[in-house]
Amino acid sequence: MNNIISGLRARLAPVADRVGTALEPVGRVLGMKSVKYPLRTVGVLLIYALPILHLPLINTENSDFSGVLFTVGTYVLVALGLNIVIGYAGLLDLGYVGFYAVGAYTVGVVTSEHGQWPFFLALPLALVVTMASGVLLGAPTLRVRGDYLAIVTMGFGEIIRIVARNTDWLGGAGGINSIPSPPDIGPEEGLFQIPHLSWQYGYPTIDDRVTKVLHFGVLDATPYFWMILTTIILVICADMLIKNSRVGRAWEATREDEDVAELMGVPTFKFKLLAFAMGACIGGLAGAMYATRVGFINPPSFPLMLSLLFVAAVVIGGAGNRWGAILGAVIVAYLPERFREFADWRLLVFGIALIVIVSFRTQGLFPGRQKKRVAQAEKEVQKLEEGAEIV
Amino acid sequence: MTLLEIRDLNVNYGHIEAIRGISFSVEEGTITTLIGANGAGKTTTLKTISGLRKVHSGSVFFDGKDITNAKPYERVKMGLTQSPEGRRCFPGMTVMENLEMGALLRKDRRSAAYREDLERVFGLFPRLQERVKQAAGTMSGGEQQMLAMGRALMARPRLVLLDEPSMGLAPKLIRQIFSIVDEIKAQGTTVLLVEQNANQALKRSDVAHVLETGKIVRSGPGEKLAADPAVKAAYLGGDV
Repeated sequence: MNNIISGLRARLAPVADRVGTALEPVGRVLGMKSVKYPLRTVGVLLIYALPILHLPLINTENSDFSGVLFTVGTYVLVALGLNIVIGYAGLLDLGYVGFYAVGAYTVGVVTSEHGQWPFFLALPLALVVTMASGVLLGAPTLRVRGDYLAIVTMGFGEIIRIVARNTDWLGGAGGINSIPSPPDIGPEEGLFQIPHLSWQYGYPTIDDRVTKVLHFGVLDATPYFWMILTTIILVICADMLIKNSRVGRAWEATREDEDVAELMGVPTFKFKLLAFAMGACIGGLAGAMYATRVGFINPPSFPLMLSLLFVAAVVIGGAGNRWGAILGAVIVAYLPERFREFADWRLLVFGIALIVIVSFRTQGLFPGRQKKRVAQAEKEVQKLEEGAEIV
Repeated sequence: MTLLEIRDLNVNYGHIEAIRGISFSVEEGTITTLIGANGAGKTTTLKTISGLRKVHSGSVFFDGKDITNAKPYERVKMGLTQSPEGRRCFPGMTVMENLEMGALLRKDRRSAAYREDLERVFGLFPRLQERVKQAAGTMSGGEQQMLAMGRALMARPRLVLLDEPSMGLAPKLIRQIFSIVDEIKAQGTTVLLVEQNANQALKRSDVAHVLETGKIVRSGPGEKLAADPAVKAAYLGGDV
């Protein structure tokens, strides 16, 4: 597995370089120093275009592709949030679905069950409420470490679900329905319309389906995907800023050695709480978007299994590296949808794939820089020790 | 001037009394040493001074202020840092990143003063400068010890606590580390040293205290204690 990936990387790197060099004259004409950023822009635009391109092989034939992409988007958002908690601060949270549920329920309550708030007003409230719930859960529990924290958080996830089921104010077991879509922006027919492509025998043709831009209907999930993709990009930017700041380094130190972090002057408890609150906030964001997309939430929408899938996404991708976490989320959310034809085998194949990944890439597919270094150091020390024995 | 003062300190681990009523003080610009066997309470004393352990009773004064209940980061801000027992560098961070961690609370990272402190650490430990980009976990024990000490100095402390800097090192390296402790003192930073390697430590300390099961049983100038027959018999086996 290691070899395959490094081999792939070695093979792909020259190709990327060649594309880069080939594009350089174009860049020079346009007055740009590097083609790296334009290339990235093209990449991002391509992701935005995914739901209308319906590319063969990637497209899901049996379920609505935009809908699948939206689901993948929620997982990516959740993985980014959970990566802060698990990857950066080193806190194993097995009840992350709790925050996702709090976000979804906040939107459900104020837009449908007990109010008619527009979604874009409910969203900031959901952020505040989930952040507060993160602090409320974190303040008493972050004093315990490691496995104990995992158990306590797992309990939290379950408590949220059970409380929702037994509270009539929250809709009880029946849940909350007719959660409105976000309000449309622009005229009835959308700001402008974008046609979809469909592919036959490898050739694209323009379909009669159209997506109305910024028009959040029930049938077409594409605008929702664009909304969540934009959110993801914003979250990634914030994540980069924080990771490289004093806060990011304080988290790193806390994760590696809490006592020494204290000696360096890190109030570790406060920083753990901050990581928890930020992670909760992003999880709540994903939950809020999920609620407004599906329009109906009930307690069984937030099972323990979902928490475990979220953790799996972060761990498979490589905790501590945001791109790894994103890849993990895509794997966990997309692959089962893409290969629905093997529906009966889905969980089995998925399980095997997970076992293969974690046994051959113990740090995840793309581990964080730190973890890679630690693993490398341990390997070297072990080598030295083995050498000493022979001598 | 007295920089650190410990008054009638008691520290417990559950029901076990680790420190039983010790009092001593550290004068500015000196090296003070605590020696004693395993389990005598040396590390516990240091942990209490840096705030990692809570006191049961008694008080700790730093620079005339009562810091008995201050948080560790507040103590770092006041100029009290520690190089922990067993080095404990951040293995996945590079040498430079480890040193930057030591200066986490400083807000003057782009200033000349910061550069100066970095130069000072590199002056004390030239080996670190050669390896700024190496991951700390891949370095030898001696190098990691240097890094741990350098890291503690990066906050520009007034008092640095060194917990067994000679632990697990080769004799040649031990001598080197101790001469660096001298240099740290010469540069104006007060040192509180905890050691099992009593001979080397006593030779260079202005004041030394012998700890036994949580109590100070002997105190005095380092040279004098080193000549004390009882101390000699208990702690000074062979010369290192």
